[in-house]
Amino acid sequence: MRSSRAWDSPSISARVAAWAGIVFLHAPVAIIVLYAFTTEDRTYDFPPPGLTLRWFALAFERSDIWASLRLSLGVASLATLLALVLGTLAAFALARSRIRAKDALTILFVLPIALPGIITGIALLAAMKLAGIDPSFWTIVAGHATFCIVIVYNNVVARLRRLPQSWIEASMDLGADTWQTFRRILLPQVATALLAGGMLAFALSFDEIIVTIFTAGHERTLPIWFFNELFRPRERPITNVVAVIVIAVTLVPILMAYYLTRPAAERD
Amino acid sequence: MTAVAAVSTFFYRRQTLAVYLLLVPPLLWFGTVYLGSLFALLAQSFYSIDEFTATIVRKLTLKTYVQLFTQPANLDIVVRTGTMAIAVTIAAAVVAFPIANYMARYARGRMKAFFYVAVMLPMWTSYLVKVYAWRLILAKEGILNWFLTAFGLDGVLEALLRAPGIGGPSLASSYLGMFIVFVYMWLPYMILPIAAALERVPGSLLSASADLGATPAQTFWRVTLPLALPGVAAGSIFTFSLTLGDYIIPSVVGAPGYFIGMMVYQQQGTAGNIPLAAAFSVVPILLITIYLMLARRAGAFDAL
Repeated sequence: MRSSRAWDSPSISARVAAWAGIVFLHAPVAIIVLYAFTTEDRTYDFPPPGLTLRWFALAFERSDIWASLRLSLGVASLATLLALVLGTLAAFALARSRIRAKDALTILFVLPIALPGIITGIALLAAMKLAGIDPSFWTIVAGHATFCIVIVYNNVVARLRRLPQSWIEASMDLGADTWQTFRRILLPQVATALLAGGMLAFALSFDEIIVTIFTAGHERTLPIWFFNELFRPRERPITNVVAVIVIAVTLVPILMAYYLTRPAAERD
Repeated sequence: MTAVAAVSTFFYRRQTLAVYLLLVPPLLWFGTVYLGSLFALLAQSFYSIDEFTATIVRKLTLKTYVQLFTQPANLDIVVRTGTMAIAVTIAAAVVAFPIANYMARYARGRMKAFFYVAVMLPMWTSYLVKVYAWRLILAKEGILNWFLTAFGLDGVLEALLRAPGIGGPSLASSYLGMFIVFVYMWLPYMILPIAAALERVPGSLLSASADLGATPAQTFWRVTLPLALPGVAAGSIFTFSLTLGDYIIPSVVGAPGYFIGMMVYQQQGTAGNIPLAAAFSVVPILLITIYLMLARRAGAFDAL
């Protein structure tokens, strides 16, 4: 057990620095939520002169926002589905195998998030131009699926590596066949990692802009709608409301993903 | 034995075959969509644009690279982006360390869980919304100015904004403002690997250091920091790479100078010059490859 020596209890400055960091990380998001309710519609005046719910009602009536929201949800669902299938296959193949190409393949499967998004974006565009493919719903999905696969792959691989090999051996020793072992031991263990990976992939796709701009053509996902509004400041109050909607839509899957994969020490 | 069981047993006995079969669909996808695109990008960077007809000439040439590396304006962009990426990386490491240290060493139980969620949530919160938030914060009539004025510090800000190189008419249109936004955006990517590296430092080492008479500061510089360096290196891969490729932040919050990402975006879009955009995007790939090799030496891959 740890003793309560000097090195073991934080100094005041360590405590203050850590908490200040947390406040720094959260303040901008809190401010956006506050601005969504401000009565001021032209400037970014702080503090807001008054609070209102009017902008939510106005945003609710905008068909362009609904269309973009539907498109984004559709893209995210399909990209997540693709990623779940392909990412899981890759994870099961590489988690424990000792094939020679393993290192190269491991690097390949994380490359889309190791390189900046703009590279994936411009590369996809360069390929589309060469192949004569016009941008559409499907090119957006293809771009998103590519980095969503990485998220699912990482989650599932991490879980498979933590799963003791002895469990599988024990199951087979006790008379289960390989299918039963997969169904009763492997799958329940991996299920939450899969679900978490899917949630994160969905959140990532729903919010993606850097790759999407290159592959979307005239399609307007919600982030593209948002990006265009940034340079058209007349609609500020509506933009603020959409920002809050985006935060809400991504928050739920992220918290669920955390809950599904939190380390055992945090469960009580 | 059922048919399913028979099939699964067949593959259990031939694991290498099973591995290759499992790999076929993801590899087909990655091979065509991702690697195929990267090769297309490389190919496009060796094409050139015909200045008169504005069409792309599909013949391999070094013309586009010559244009990229001989025009001083283009070199400025590369240097500017690289400098920003390095500055952001250093600042993120300095800001992240105390947070990571507190999370990993002092926070316990529920408090530790709280800290991890508190760092992870902003990381996953919408990228665009965060950039937009900073535009509101940094605006001339915005919240930061209001706070600084309330504390009588607006003079300090004005002095900073007058500084050559980093200043500008307001924080929302200066390199200083852009720098703050970059540090904010990538901070969690730095905190989490450092915290992971610090979690692995046994408490007994710090205890031993204290027992042997080291002051807390000596323990930090001689024991904690060297052991956390792989984590810093791992985090720096993200901060460096993400800054190099970003084009949204420099165009939403920023000074007039161009960045690599903006050039790529503009050349493919309004200019329609895909070859130059492709050549520009090869620059960050090269820089990141060099950076990855340096980071590998610092043990970054063990800390990921």
